Amino acid sequence: MNSSISVLLFGITRDLTGQSAVSVPLAEGASVGDLLTQIHQKYPALAGIRSLLIAVNGEYAESEQVLTRHDEVALIPPVSGG
Amino acid sequence: MIALTSDPIDVPAALRFLQSEQAGAIDFFLGVVRDNTQERPVDRLEYEAYDRMAISEMQKIADVAQQQWPILRYTIIHRKGTLQIGDIAVLIGVATPHRAAAFEACRYIIDTIKQTVPIWKKEVFTDGESWVNAHP
Repeated sequence: MNSSISVLLFGITRDLTGQSAVSVPLAEGASVGDLLTQIHQKYPALAGIRSLLIAVNGEYAESEQVLTRHDEVALIPPVSGG
Repeated sequence: MIALTSDPIDVPAALRFLQSEQAGAIDFFLGVVRDNTQERPVDRLEYEAYDRMAISEMQKIADVAQQQWPILRYTIIHRKGTLQIGDIAVLIGVATPHRAAAFEACRYIIDTIKQTVPIWKKEVFTDGESWVNAHP
């Protein structure tokens, strides 16, 4: 069964898409790596960014981690605090 | 004490918080908005954060620092929103019995914040703008 997952956007990714969250279609049992692939396909404008990480429920996630529809998912472009 | 705030950072209040009878050394690092980046004039900086994760990542950094050095008290305060030239963007304060640990812990905390905490700054120049670190 296919569903979709909401992904929070910040910084340059929010600027490039013009949205602070996007809905990305994702198959049941999909991983963080699958989500990144989907995001890159749907938003080719993000290709020029140096790196994109995914946070799940406020923690950096490895690409093997499996997502569920209840997860809070965020796309993390290169950080630049300080 | 860890905070992410839209208000100006109160340095005297941070100092009062860090002072104690055991603290022989208090170190501060203040990150301040500079008027240029590689000689290109900066008008202002715009900071945004993934608040809940920024707080939890700063807490992780503080926890590691506390395991590594004898920290009596610490404070980490980061601004978000629009900052003008001269504004304090971040304050790190560490109180320890002796100075070496205070210097080292303070440096560890700011260096690690720059690497892991989900806060982003956009430099707004007089003739354009750019998200810092975003491009190769």
